[in-house]
Amino acid sequence: MSMSAPAAKRVAFPPNWPARIGLIVLAVYVVYAATTLEFTWARFLTGLDQGGRFLSRMFPPDFSADKQSLLTAGMMESLQIAILSTVFGILFAMPLGLAAARNLSPAPLAWFSRGLIALLRTFHPVIVAILFVKAVGFGALAGVLALIVASMGFLSKLLAEAVEEMSMNQVEAVRATGASFLSVVVMAVVPQVMPRFVGFCAYQLDSNLRNSALVGLVGGGGIGATLFTAFQRFDYDFVLTIVLAIIAVVMVGEILSGFVRRLFQ
Amino acid sequence: MIPAGPAGAHVRHWQRFTFTERVMRSLFYIVVLIGIVWSLQSIEIIPEFLYDAPQQTADLFVRMWPIDWGWYPKVVHAALMETLHTATLGTILAVAMATPVALLVARNVTRSVLLNSIGRFILVATRSVHAMIWALFFVAVFGPGALAGTLAIAVHSIGFTGKFLSEAIEEAKPGPIEALKAAGAPPLAVLIKGIWPQVKPAFLALAMFRWDINVRESAVLGLVGGGGLGMALDTALSNLYWDQAGLVLAVIFGIVIVAEIATSWARSRII
Repeated sequence: MSMSAPAAKRVAFPPNWPARIGLIVLAVYVVYAATTLEFTWARFLTGLDQGGRFLSRMFPPDFSADKQSLLTAGMMESLQIAILSTVFGILFAMPLGLAAARNLSPAPLAWFSRGLIALLRTFHPVIVAILFVKAVGFGALAGVLALIVASMGFLSKLLAEAVEEMSMNQVEAVRATGASFLSVVVMAVVPQVMPRFVGFCAYQLDSNLRNSALVGLVGGGGIGATLFTAFQRFDYDFVLTIVLAIIAVVMVGEILSGFVRRLFQ
Repeated sequence: MIPAGPAGAHVRHWQRFTFTERVMRSLFYIVVLIGIVWSLQSIEIIPEFLYDAPQQTADLFVRMWPIDWGWYPKVVHAALMETLHTATLGTILAVAMATPVALLVARNVTRSVLLNSIGRFILVATRSVHAMIWALFFVAVFGPGALAGTLAIAVHSIGFTGKFLSEAIEEAKPGPIEALKAAGAPPLAVLIKGIWPQVKPAFLALAMFRWDINVRESAVLGLVGGGGLGMALDTALSNLYWDQAGLVLAVIFGIVIVAEIATSWARSRII
């Protein structure tokens, strides 16, 4: 709608050709990709039929006593995995995040730390868990180590960003008193980034709780292991119980972490 | 809170936090400590497995090297394409399914607390169950393959996409919407001409960000039967061909970096 156009020829909403062409290209891609992946209507319909039977085998969820004890044991182990991986993740992420902040650490160290963080973040926790299962064997330890890697990557990246965004005035003021590097960190950096960092840590605990259900699928212990066994034994009613329990725990975790975030705001 | 006044008066006792804040924080620290001690004491670690951990780790890398590049044209290329299609189709499907839910959740579009809560429940429920667990379900329903993986990616992404999309919709300025309503526009026109232009940048950014995440996720879905690179990895691992597993890991590494560069380039170009 150009300003020079005569009033009579103005169209209120002119057609947006680039967007239309984009949509057509997208539609063509969807059809092409769906054909290469062999999505057919017939397959979908048989799936729906199968899905109906699957759902009927899931209901009602199995809450019998022996299943409950399995569920509790798995859930407790998941909770331990989540807590330990978050705690160690935080401990390792603090020095790494500081080292990666370009306004505090020397350039070579900062670039090295950034590369390390990128490496830690590239692989999905499940893949890291597979490698740790090979290294330290099946069980909760492999899960904890895999999630420590994931937590370190996420927390140190966000910590470095928070440190880079903070005000340098306090840092200069503390430095002017002749303070050592550690004092600068404690007196000038921590008070500025603490509320945000606590928020990230609370989020990471949530996410570790969710991911601890994952690492179990590949041998990392916890509720994921229980879930995978239930799937392999076609215990679909117990599967539903486990999934409902995971959703409940994750929701409670989100509420608690929201509370913690407000406490440190 | 940090005192801002002059700090001359020696009779006044400045405190950064209120009494309740201090009590709540101390309680929180105690709970955290108890949690850590409990976890450390009761977590099950089998020490026999730990004795040979260094050898096992060394063995892992020795067996991966040299990487079996010859396997790429045979299996991995097709798996890579499948993973990319899974991630892209999954994202498109997720956006398509998340949009109505986001409209249901946005309080300025749907003025009903009940409908808002239903939408919000859908978002939380889809998000809490991980894509890999959704994949387990869909593999049981549709059989192993990319269809199960795509649906798992799509359903799991609804929560994330819908949450941020509904926030973007709620942030839309009411001015243009009211103007359209005053001109007698039907609801669909209000949606397309009033809300859509305002949320479009957020929408595109969100879709691309989610695609980036989904590339990572879809690379592992095959471990539970969702097709793509994970399937190739699973085959290599169960045959104990670590050089082939190393190839799949290298390909995943490459594609994740390419996806990240592509999305950040697109973000700076389009938005």
